[in-house]
Amino acid sequence: MLELNNVNLYYGRIQALKNVSLSVREGELVALLGANGAGKTSTLRAISCMHPIKEGSIHFSGTDLTKVPAHRLVDLGIAHCPEGRQVFGRLSVKENLELGAFRRKDKEEVKRDLEWIYSTFPRLVERRSQSAGTLSGGEQQMLAIGRALMSRPKLVLFDEPSLGLAPLIVEQIFDVIKKIKEQGRTVLLVEQNAFQALGIADRAYVLETGTIKLEGTPEQLLSNEEVKRAYLGG
Amino acid sequence: MMNLQKKKLYTLLALVALFVILFICNMLLSPYHMRIINLVGINIALVVSLNLTNGFCGVFSLGHAGFMAVGAYVAAILSLPLVKKAIILPELPKWLGSVELSFLPSLIIGGLVAAICALIIGYPVLRLRGHYLAVATLGFLVVIQVVITQLQDFTRGARGINGLTQYTNTWWVWIFTCITIYVVWRIINSAYGRGMMAIREDDLAAEAMGVNLTKYRLLAFCVGAFFAGIGGALWAHLITVVTPLSFSYDRTFSLVVMSVIGGMSSITGGVVGASLMTLVPELLRNLEVGITVGGISIPPLYGISQIVLSVVLIIVIIVRPKGIVGSREFSWNLFKKKKWNTMNQMEN
Repeated sequence: MLELNNVNLYYGRIQALKNVSLSVREGELVALLGANGAGKTSTLRAISCMHPIKEGSIHFSGTDLTKVPAHRLVDLGIAHCPEGRQVFGRLSVKENLELGAFRRKDKEEVKRDLEWIYSTFPRLVERRSQSAGTLSGGEQQMLAIGRALMSRPKLVLFDEPSLGLAPLIVEQIFDVIKKIKEQGRTVLLVEQNAFQALGIADRAYVLETGTIKLEGTPEQLLSNEEVKRAYLGG
Repeated sequence: MMNLQKKKLYTLLALVALFVILFICNMLLSPYHMRIINLVGINIALVVSLNLTNGFCGVFSLGHAGFMAVGAYVAAILSLPLVKKAIILPELPKWLGSVELSFLPSLIIGGLVAAICALIIGYPVLRLRGHYLAVATLGFLVVIQVVITQLQDFTRGARGINGLTQYTNTWWVWIFTCITIYVVWRIINSAYGRGMMAIREDDLAAEAMGVNLTKYRLLAFCVGAFFAGIGGALWAHLITVVTPLSFSYDRTFSLVVMSVIGGMSSITGGVVGASLMTLVPELLRNLEVGITVGGISIPPLYGISQIVLSVVLIIVIIVRPKGIVGSREFSWNLFKKKKWNTMNQMEN
């Protein structure tokens, strides 16, 4: 479904991604792990056309993503749940969710999806007309996930959804991501919290200083000494 | 929550009341006072349209006076009576020299030309953000001034065009003001407005939601320019003279000040800011000639109004940095619950 081939990405003269190749098959939950500065977010930026790549190719269901303007990505069925949540702070929770469905014309269906999001995240119902900036970190993350789902994506890109959240909330967030996968959506999950991510992933890649170091199933990676030492504190 | 029909009825009643009051004012007050009331109306429309661009979409433009100039000159040339046109602007090309349009089409064409200018300069300039964008739009203002000064055949250069017919009256002004408020209100309560506000909050996230940044920025910029153009045209036909200096930095900055004082991302803020900043300087002007209060006579203090105004501005910005009303909006619920309909509780 999603194919990255030898992608090279530069910020000015600094190379952030070196020959990154990875693939995500339909219905899979793939985790992309790595330490700070390994290039996880850069990979997502390349996929969501927010930063141009220098070499390589990115294809999504046969479409060349390098030629698509960022705002058209939603039409293709890709939703990006950005790092640090990035909800629209001065808009209400409801307005944030409606913005997720910005390009959809099927108003009845949008309403149904909105109800579904509210039933998945009951906290958001209480805070419906409150401005998003006043929510707690966990609530904002739920809102960001809800907003991403409002576009009815085929593929959801999560960028560090557990960042800076309390352990209990992290648990909830991962449960929701699992649920999203069970609904038949494809997920690419970028995480530093390797242990949690491997718990729900089908496959995982490990990035290190801009290159893919390892690839495999959670079992394979969990038994790998290098991974244990670097990410799992073992 | 009040039901929608009740609110509509109230709004209609308020409008009727406004126009009845204006009608009474028109009969009783002197031309001087009426001119101030009309200026208040024009400024409200200008600031509310500026708020759409600057406040709701976050495209901080300093070019509003430039668009006013375009609208004012276009409308002035189009509506100038043929007899006067032959004397004042003898060098006009024939197709322009032989037209005399009535006021309404002149206004609309003035607004449209301003909007087209916004489209042309907006396409390259709106890629910029923040300060860069502000400086670029300021550059547009400079360009417009130079063009108007140099385009002698059309504008009489620095001498300006005088002898315009005083078409603008209370009705033209206040109907235009109401239309502007209505249009801006409709825009910000639609999907377009939601897209614009998303851009203001976080443009990358907005893009990730599928908001076409260029398109929505351009739309806000052009709609703002359209109303600025008409506002400029109304202003020109109220004062009956247009010169390049009528639309200089001073005007741009006074509009931005009104917008900031009232509250940039609020229509109510625009109305409050424009009204206050038009009326207060007029009132303070009385101080300059010296008055006698209860036997104590205050000597004339020239320039005092500017000083008082500056101090007031500084105080407002310190006490209420987001403007007098912030980003809240007026709502009829206000009277029911004794509480602002807060779009944003984060502010306080």
